[in-house]
Amino acid sequence: MDLVVAVLFQLIYVISNLALISLGLAIIFGMMRVINLAHGEFLMLGGYTVVVATNAGINIWVSMLILAPLVVGIIGVIVERLLIRWLYGRMVDTLLATWGLSLLLVGIVTSIFGASTGTTVSPPLGVVRIGDYSASGYELFLVVVTIVLLFGVWLTLRFTKLGLLARGTMQNAEMASALGVSTSRIYMITFGLGAAVSGLAGGLLAPMTGVLPTIGATYIAKAFITVISGGSAILAGTTAGSILLGGINGVFSFIAGSTFGEIALLLAAIILLRLMPRGITGRFFRKSL
Amino acid sequence: MTFSRRSFLAGSSALALSSAPIIGRAQGSDKIIFASILDLSGGLDIYGAPMAETTKMAIDDINAAGGLLGREVELKLYDAQSTIQFYTQYATQAAAGDRAHTVHAGITSASREAIRPTLARFKTLYFYNTQYEGGVCDYNTFCTGSTPAQTVAKVVPYAMNKWGKKVYIVAADYNYGQITAQWMQRFVKENGGETLDVEFFPLDVTNFGPTINKIQTAKPDFVISALVGGAHVSFYRQYAAAGMNKEIPIASTTFGVGNEQTLISAEEGDGIIASYSYFEGANNPTNTEFLARLEARLGAGRPVMNELAVRSYEGAMLWAEAVKMAGTPDRDPVIEALRSGLSYNGPSGAVAVDPQTNHCNMNVYIGDLKDQKWNIVESYEAQPPADTQLVCDLVANPDQSTFLFENGLAAAGIE
Repeated sequence: MDLVVAVLFQLIYVISNLALISLGLAIIFGMMRVINLAHGEFLMLGGYTVVVATNAGINIWVSMLILAPLVVGIIGVIVERLLIRWLYGRMVDTLLATWGLSLLLVGIVTSIFGASTGTTVSPPLGVVRIGDYSASGYELFLVVVTIVLLFGVWLTLRFTKLGLLARGTMQNAEMASALGVSTSRIYMITFGLGAAVSGLAGGLLAPMTGVLPTIGATYIAKAFITVISGGSAILAGTTAGSILLGGINGVFSFIAGSTFGEIALLLAAIILLRLMPRGITGRFFRKSL
Repeated sequence: MTFSRRSFLAGSSALALSSAPIIGRAQGSDKIIFASILDLSGGLDIYGAPMAETTKMAIDDINAAGGLLGREVELKLYDAQSTIQFYTQYATQAAAGDRAHTVHAGITSASREAIRPTLARFKTLYFYNTQYEGGVCDYNTFCTGSTPAQTVAKVVPYAMNKWGKKVYIVAADYNYGQITAQWMQRFVKENGGETLDVEFFPLDVTNFGPTINKIQTAKPDFVISALVGGAHVSFYRQYAAAGMNKEIPIASTTFGVGNEQTLISAEEGDGIIASYSYFEGANNPTNTEFLARLEARLGAGRPVMNELAVRSYEGAMLWAEAVKMAGTPDRDPVIEALRSGLSYNGPSGAVAVDPQTNHCNMNVYIGDLKDQKWNIVESYEAQPPADTQLVCDLVANPDQSTFLFENGLAAAGIE
């Protein structure tokens, strides 16, 4: 019984982990159709923000929950103004440009911090006991944060004026523009928000995984697979994609080890996209956000 | 036909080329060329950067003592950027372009296997100064790093005596991890223990939650790890975050060679034990003097010394001793000198070439991690490379150039 609870908890953690690393990408790629290959580096920058800030004596919670999204959000806005805004509607070009950006960011961070960085930021919060088993309290916290974050993004898109304008602009920029919306500004804000969400995710994961300039590469593929499998509805899609792929990955990792967990995840994504080329939300929950 | 300057040059250089084999290397320059290819950028530079520093120091030390045979030694250092393709390219450049007298190169087993055939083809003496899984049987190659029979065979019984006989193995999913895990199982069995499970991880895995659950289910007496690279450091963090480091201790054959102990906090790392042929605490005057000179050279921010870095220094020095003994930097006499059982007294203690395998007899230490520093708790003198000795005999048959453990231990005829 304890084992079931412990494994179930791990499963939920794997799922929310996937949702956490994918959400920023879902906003930038799912909503804006910008293939952001620098997504992993946004996560990495969030992690470095936390490490630098805590080393400077700033409280770890402030660093993770406020500074990481703020810093990466600002970087996102700068990137959008200098690079992305010239490339809207040119998907392949955004792919190349953001790939270049990703190499640049890795290079800059490596030259500043070196290739290996001491991350003496331990996960805060203690240990959660489940009978004979124990799990990290911080993992529980991450699950909660992911749920809150998904809910927050949903509230923003559904009930705020910004959310309405953003959705309108993404659906039909010309019409939105004709109705007096500054689409250029909306694009900038949306990209910045996507980057901020990525930064928050990277910051939150830093105590669990440590930071390296190249850590983005370990996230990028999974994030894209999740978002593409999820389909066009960014929230429902990311959630559904994470539950399906994370669930499969978690179950197979537990039964047959990590290697098979990864294989099962990729296999599931291939089969899914063969049957539903437009992702889960291309067929189900089509009206959802 | 007009006799232009260009055609004259072309003709005369063709003449020079055709006469090159007779004149030999000494004609090109009076210097002795020492080439080194290491990963100084990219994911593997946590290993490569300290190795490059000690290699430079070794060459400076040799030149400060008047060079070799009255000639200056020139270091050609190449950065392979954690990319195998560059290894092959630079190995060719070093052997054919620089006409290096020796090449000290490679960190991962994959990089070693990429360049070993190239250097054998060009008859260029090759040193691999990295701890690895054993099994290279090559007349032209000297493997100075420790192998599983030297380290794993020590740390397994030590940990079993200390903690108990039930063992859980976690390892990186490529040839080093796979083969080392087979050695671990063998030594666990030999010491009357039981391996509960073996798990392999691709190098980019960062979530070890399911494994931690499985370890909690299996309830081993300790976990032994051969995890490799930056992403795998997450294992130690998540293990500690689940409170497991207080319950089930960890031994490792890889934790520390990339100075991982400085990448995680003291609370997360305390109590991990590992076995290498060098720790900074090695108690001998050569080591004290070596560390002091290193600090004078690089300042207080110098990298922490580990087996890979120190063995790179000792490997260069071992080669220098062989050149002195042979009286020439040419390959064949130097190999003979090395294979006479040549020994060098370095910071790790005596390192002596074993002519049967072209590996080394060396001191082995077990370290216990406390506050990000290794304390030596056990030391073993002059340990032979017993694993490779099982399958390789270069005395009986010198004409060999193979990697015998390529397909695992069973394929090499080891039970």
